[in-house]
Amino acid sequence: MPQPVFQTKGVTKVYDTGEIKVFALRGVDLKIYESELTVLLGASGSGKSTLLNILGGLDTVTEGSVFFKEQELSNMSERALTAYRRDHVGFVFQFYNLVPSLTAKENVALVTEISRNPMRPEEALELVGLSKRMGHFPAEMSGGEQQRVAIARAIAKRPEVLLCDEPTGALDSKTGVQVLEALDDINTELGTSTTVITHNAAIQNMAHRVIFFADGQINEVKENATRQKPSEIVW
Amino acid sequence: MQVLDRKLLRDLWRLWAQSLAIGLVLACGVAILVVMYGAERSLSETQETFYERNRFADIFASATRVPNDVLGEITAIPGVSQAETRISQHAILDIDGLEEPAMGRLLSLPEFGEPRLNVPTLTLGRWPDRDKPYEVVVNENFFAANDFALGEGFDVTLNGRKQPVTIVGTVLSPEFIYTIGPGALMPDDVRFGIIWMNNQTLAGTFRLQGAFNDLTVKTALGADQEEILDRVEDILAPYGGTGPYLREFQTSHSFIAAELESLRTMARVLPPLFFVISAFLVGMVLGRLIALEREQIGLFKAVGYSNAAISWHYVKLAIGIGTFGILLGWGVGAWGGHGLSAVYAQYFHFPYLIYISGWDTFIISGLAGIATVVIGAVRPVLRTTRLSPAVAMSPPAPTRYREGWIDWIGRVLRVRQPTMMIIRSITRWPIRAGLTAFGIAMAAATMVSSLFMFDAMDELVETAFFQANRQEATLSFIIPQGLEVTADVENLPGVMRAEGMRTVAARLTHGHLSRLSAIEGRLPGQDLSRVLDAESDEVVFPEDGIVLSNRLSGHLDAQVGDVITVEILEGQRGTYEIPVTGVITQYFGLGAYMDIGALSAMLQQSALVNSVHFALDEGQISELYTAVKAAPNVAGMVLWTQIRKAFYDTIAESSGISTTVYAIVASLIVIGVVYNSARIQLSERGRELASLRILGFTKAEVSYILLGELIFLTLVAIPMGWFLGRTMAFGIVTSFSSDLYSIPLIISQNTYAMTALVVLGASVGSALLVRRRINRLDLIAVMKTRE
Repeated sequence: MPQPVFQTKGVTKVYDTGEIKVFALRGVDLKIYESELTVLLGASGSGKSTLLNILGGLDTVTEGSVFFKEQELSNMSERALTAYRRDHVGFVFQFYNLVPSLTAKENVALVTEISRNPMRPEEALELVGLSKRMGHFPAEMSGGEQQRVAIARAIAKRPEVLLCDEPTGALDSKTGVQVLEALDDINTELGTSTTVITHNAAIQNMAHRVIFFADGQINEVKENATRQKPSEIVW
Repeated sequence: MQVLDRKLLRDLWRLWAQSLAIGLVLACGVAILVVMYGAERSLSETQETFYERNRFADIFASATRVPNDVLGEITAIPGVSQAETRISQHAILDIDGLEEPAMGRLLSLPEFGEPRLNVPTLTLGRWPDRDKPYEVVVNENFFAANDFALGEGFDVTLNGRKQPVTIVGTVLSPEFIYTIGPGALMPDDVRFGIIWMNNQTLAGTFRLQGAFNDLTVKTALGADQEEILDRVEDILAPYGGTGPYLREFQTSHSFIAAELESLRTMARVLPPLFFVISAFLVGMVLGRLIALEREQIGLFKAVGYSNAAISWHYVKLAIGIGTFGILLGWGVGAWGGHGLSAVYAQYFHFPYLIYISGWDTFIISGLAGIATVVIGAVRPVLRTTRLSPAVAMSPPAPTRYREGWIDWIGRVLRVRQPTMMIIRSITRWPIRAGLTAFGIAMAAATMVSSLFMFDAMDELVETAFFQANRQEATLSFIIPQGLEVTADVENLPGVMRAEGMRTVAARLTHGHLSRLSAIEGRLPGQDLSRVLDAESDEVVFPEDGIVLSNRLSGHLDAQVGDVITVEILEGQRGTYEIPVTGVITQYFGLGAYMDIGALSAMLQQSALVNSVHFALDEGQISELYTAVKAAPNVAGMVLWTQIRKAFYDTIAESSGISTTVYAIVASLIVIGVVYNSARIQLSERGRELASLRILGFTKAEVSYILLGELIFLTLVAIPMGWFLGRTMAFGIVTSFSSDLYSIPLIISQNTYAMTALVVLGASVGSALLVRRRINRLDLIAVMKTRE
């Protein structure tokens, strides 16, 4: 029986602008398990990004509790959250967010230098199929390649969880598939629990589990009996 | 209001912190311009007006005893519009409540009517009654410094006899705007006064009935002053004339002239420095703003705004940034102008001060400020005109980085990636990094070139007061005395050791260059007042030869080995050819030195001295004072202990304030440069830094990447600033050198260290201000937005 890495209970998030209150999350109960590849699917504004931010230690809850394994994230200090992100979480952004003044290898080294038990940058880049592009700067690479560098950077510290925010959002279908393949390979080979948020319904078929979001709540949770390979996904 | 103008106001509001940082630097430039020009014009206008209204003479001469009818010969010289004779003598004063003897310069008032030249303005009381021989008027500052009241008085030693005099009035004279006693290096209004009294009294006392010993001449407009000078000299020569001189060599005048010159230098040198830095900062901030607003600019163009309209919009923004600085500069300038005038009032004694705050100074400095920001804006604004609407609306091409030899070094040294980011940022924008470092260096240079003055003063004091002049006091005599007078002085109470010295007025000529000077005849092996060379060793005078101070040697273009012509201007007179056997560095005056024996032999006299330096036992000082006050023949006594104290007091008083002011100015520059650089870098790299925060970098680690670069540039800039500051100090030393004094180029380690500390402190302070913003980076926004 796989253990949950994340567990949320009644998580509510309210953005209070003074005049109006926006409910981004309305009592979310959720578990995400070890080695699982989960897709959080929902339209924009459905609350999925807010949830990802909370899981990643970037945002705090208004009500409810969030656990990462035994640790309760919802009452950690900012300093502790930084340490949590540093030690346990890998992030992949929609717009890659690579450091333009560092080469692919150096972008990965940026993270490995501050990690406890990292793999070598070369190794991480090999996992995403970029061992030949290690010395290139971001500006010299395609969007798909940049995103794979970002994945290598995220997984090089061997995080327990990999959180991906619309990882293919800025990419066309073909390069997007390459990125998904990289994520799938990582999930399979390293067993990193991977959570992908997207509004692209086509991606749901590669997941172990799909969580449907709408209006700040979970609408439906679906387990895929058979998973599609990323290469079979088209949009 | 047009929409673009509304955007302008909001942009300005948003940029307030950066505008403030620039405004403060600009304000420095504007304020200095206002203060210096204001002070220079006020001072020179006041001086000229005073000179003109009170008929300040153009030529000054003194002699031993000239019959009154010689005046006719003088006035007959073509070009002489007016000449006035008088009796001038130095005397010891005994003031109630002042233990030590004071010194007075006695000047006769005309027998009939009021003085026609160098007219003293009566500021209090009345002129002496002609029937009252011992009524006097004194210079206002002497009166005030001694807390006299009208009707009070003091004793003047006239020919060895103490004569009480009564003060009936105070005056201010164009001749004594800056009042400094003979042999003194600082004004001392308590112990030196100018005393005007009836001609008859002085003539009777000094056996000058029907004669005079001092002459002042006013020349007609356009007259050949040199020619008149020669004629006056010829006429006075038989009567012991010591060489007339022009107004420019008159003591009070030359001090004011030196001050005016230094104000002009400061007004020329300093403001442009601040303007250049301000322009650079405006260019930097506007450049970044325009880069951020590419898409908006594209939009403006797309909807039909012309290039001119958009350019004008950003130029106005620059002017908006500058306006604050100009207004602040005006305010500080007006305030500082009054402050400086008050300082001048302390040292220069005018009956009135014509303060020309001058609206034109404000307009000129304002225009200079506007020009500064507009020039700074030119480059970024031109860039907006080159943007085509389509290009402007798509994001700029990503910055291209390339690896170079520095990267290779970095890799060999295994530097961590954050450090690599710093290195790449510097090597990718070397000009920007260079300019930032240069700006910081200018701040350091400003401080070094200002603070070094105090080091120079220390050196000056050290050499003048502790190495060359070690005597506690100097007595000077009305007429030269035999060498045995030294022994007489040694017999005075409390005098432990005395050394005589002879001073002879002379004109030194080399080729077509000539200079009035005084040759000092020195005894060998002196211990108190010594003539030292650059290595602080006592100069040994050869039997035949003259040693010149470096500036006199420069004026005459005479080096060691050259033969100069020495024309003795007193006693038997005579002209001699003497080789220059040495040139020594001296900071005060234009000294020329000979062995006293050689000098006497040349003059065919037995050795005479006219001043005696001596060391004192402080325990018997009261007795000494009493003895000196009663001594005949003594023209004055200079107390070196007082001079030293006055010098130190003045330095201590001004150094504390000045050091603070310069430290603030330097800090303002540093803040202007570093704060703006950091803000710009933050706006350019905020997203990058926020991503790193998400990846688990701590605030400190992220701050390092941004601020490490600036601190590194600061560390590079400090030695640059030291060097620049030294260069500027050299310029200052060169431009300040006058006949009165020169300033040594000495910069202490303290100054360097203090500069480094202030600059680094201001840099770290500005960096910390920006760090607060790094701490507040919005991490979530980064997840979603594209740059």
